[in-house]
Amino acid sequence: MADNDALFEFLLRLGDNSLILGHRVSEWCGHSPVLEEDIALANTALDLIGQTQMWLGLAGEVEGKGRTADDLAFLRDAWDFRNVLLCELPNGDFGQTLMRQFLYDAWSQIMLGHLTQSTDARVAEIAAKAAKEVAYHVERSGDTVIGLGDGTEESHARMQAALDYLWPYVGEMFDGDAVDAAMTKAGIAPDPASLREDYDALVRDVLRKATLTVPTDVFHHKGGRTGYMHTEHLGHLLTQMQWLQRAYPGATW
Amino acid sequence: MYAQLVKTAGTGVKTREEMSDDERNFQDRVDRDEKIEPKDWMPDDYRATLIRQIGQHAHSEIVGQLPEGNWITRAPTLERKAILLAKVQDEAGHGLYLYCAAETLGVTRDELTEELLSGRMKYSSIFNYPTLNWADIGAVGWLVDGAAIMNQVPLQRTSYGPYSRAMIRICKEESFHQRQGYDIMMKMAQGSDAQRKMAQDALNRFWYPSLMMFGPSDKDSVHSAQSLAWKIKIDTNDELRQRFVDQTVPQAKYLGLTIPDEHLKWNEERGAHDFSEPDWTEFFNVIKGKGPCNVDRMEARVAAWEDGAWVRDGLLAHARKTSAARTAAE
Amino acid sequence: MSKEWPLWEVFIRGQHGLNHRHVGSLHAPDAEMAIKNARDVYTRRNEGVSIWVVEAVHIAASSPEEKGPLYEPSNSKVYRHPTFFDIPEDVGHM
Repeated sequence: MADNDALFEFLLRLGDNSLILGHRVSEWCGHSPVLEEDIALANTALDLIGQTQMWLGLAGEVEGKGRTADDLAFLRDAWDFRNVLLCELPNGDFGQTLMRQFLYDAWSQIMLGHLTQSTDARVAEIAAKAAKEVAYHVERSGDTVIGLGDGTEESHARMQAALDYLWPYVGEMFDGDAVDAAMTKAGIAPDPASLREDYDALVRDVLRKATLTVPTDVFHHKGGRTGYMHTEHLGHLLTQMQWLQRAYPGATW
Repeated sequence: MYAQLVKTAGTGVKTREEMSDDERNFQDRVDRDEKIEPKDWMPDDYRATLIRQIGQHAHSEIVGQLPEGNWITRAPTLERKAILLAKVQDEAGHGLYLYCAAETLGVTRDELTEELLSGRMKYSSIFNYPTLNWADIGAVGWLVDGAAIMNQVPLQRTSYGPYSRAMIRICKEESFHQRQGYDIMMKMAQGSDAQRKMAQDALNRFWYPSLMMFGPSDKDSVHSAQSLAWKIKIDTNDELRQRFVDQTVPQAKYLGLTIPDEHLKWNEERGAHDFSEPDWTEFFNVIKGKGPCNVDRMEARVAAWEDGAWVRDGLLAHARKTSAARTAAE
Repeated sequence: MSKEWPLWEVFIRGQHGLNHRHVGSLHAPDAEMAIKNARDVYTRRNEGVSIWVVEAVHIAASSPEEKGPLYEPSNSKVYRHPTFFDIPEDVGHM
């Protein structure tokens, strides 16, 4: 795979993760359990949208066909999206949303930490900005997972159910392919598998404090980051997100 | 306004002779533009009216998240999505500031929430209208926030300290809301035929509901007179409505849009626009729960509250466990 | 026991090294979450670099009835203010 194509793919993966997860989180606005959480979730979504603009903006630049971040977000179909499946799963209850957030934040924090050392200065610069935002996200989502896991009987049961549902989607974040090999070789990004140890340390510590049991089954779903097979949920999300751009092509908003 | 038809407690403005010493001192302080603070003596009716007014104002901010939130997932660009989300988030913040101001009067946020969800307390009629096309998001910012600001700017001078401070913070943050709405309207009005059609359609549907936001004429209302004397209301509804119309007409003209009122015209003598009254029957119907979205809005708020109970309880239970463990360790 | 999250008062120190200033209140289950909530609610526009939170029930406040005895006596101590003293212009800035 030519290095430039690989870099484009790699940037789509980062950008699509933040785009799709940010979109999901923004669905909570106005519906959260308490005002303070509503405001905090909106902040997380805003950070993720901002990261999307940077990653997809750079992706368009690298591709060199004049596509903007908006073109990439609003005018690609599901098979062209490269986010991990975890990000597109439905919000479920508040606990499932926060568990998904934590499982992603933990990965994102570790990944961004490596990317600040990237040999590509543009990648390193975006990562440095995003890393600060994500350091806060993981603290907040981690604390909430602990609080709800170790809260009431009901909140514990709901958080365990959320973990059981989401855990099979964690493994995909550590899969590697030719794109990753090219990135690792060029010193742009680490081998995803190499992040697993730090991830497990962080996540298991939080889940232990949350009194939750990590599922032992090592099976994991995949197909998001390669675009081979997304869940059915992504199409519905895109239908909503892309509606205006698709219905009124070429309009300026 | 965000606080419409707030029933002022009491029997109207008392003469100085009818007032007790406390009441006279209180009124003197208000007249001198001194701020009344939570622990200060205040008439029971002043307290009761403020709780109603600030509570209704807060509820309006929270319910007001819904019509705009309706378009967050469909915003046409990443930037528009971010701006809209930041704006709706501000509404949540404003609701929060106002609930906190109300709490200084001896009522809790949970109590106020229960009052809203049971239908005993109201929120502004405007949020019972739907947002149907993207230009509605522009129209809400331009007209609804425009009307709200008209009322909120004078309220920064209101007599109750915590309310006044909340309004100062809110006005500072709101300043971008109306501009972002007008910015959307400009893009739509200068856009394709379809976009211009959306813009005109939005103005057609939001014009009269925006005029209703100020509430029916209250120039002869004894209750309003009392609220004005207490400086928890600064202008009459008609004054604010007139100011709003005069401000908005040239803005609509700039956009090349037509305000849906054939009687709208400049009155040289008055130095103001003449305009048609909104349909007050419709207004009272909306207040009574018969607006296009009343049921949906309340369902959404009830769902957020009830579905969120386990989260609030869970986090509190954890906090108590942790604090008990800490105390035991000391 | 109440199921409502306790109320916290929030104090924020801005960019320029001034004292922490009361900016408002919020609800949170404990102090850690109160600080986080304060960050999310009260620093959305870059307002602060340091946050204090105090549970509202722990704030002791002076009572308005004592306003006279508490604050009026200092009215007459005008010599505490620099403008009380006339220094000839020839002396220069002091």
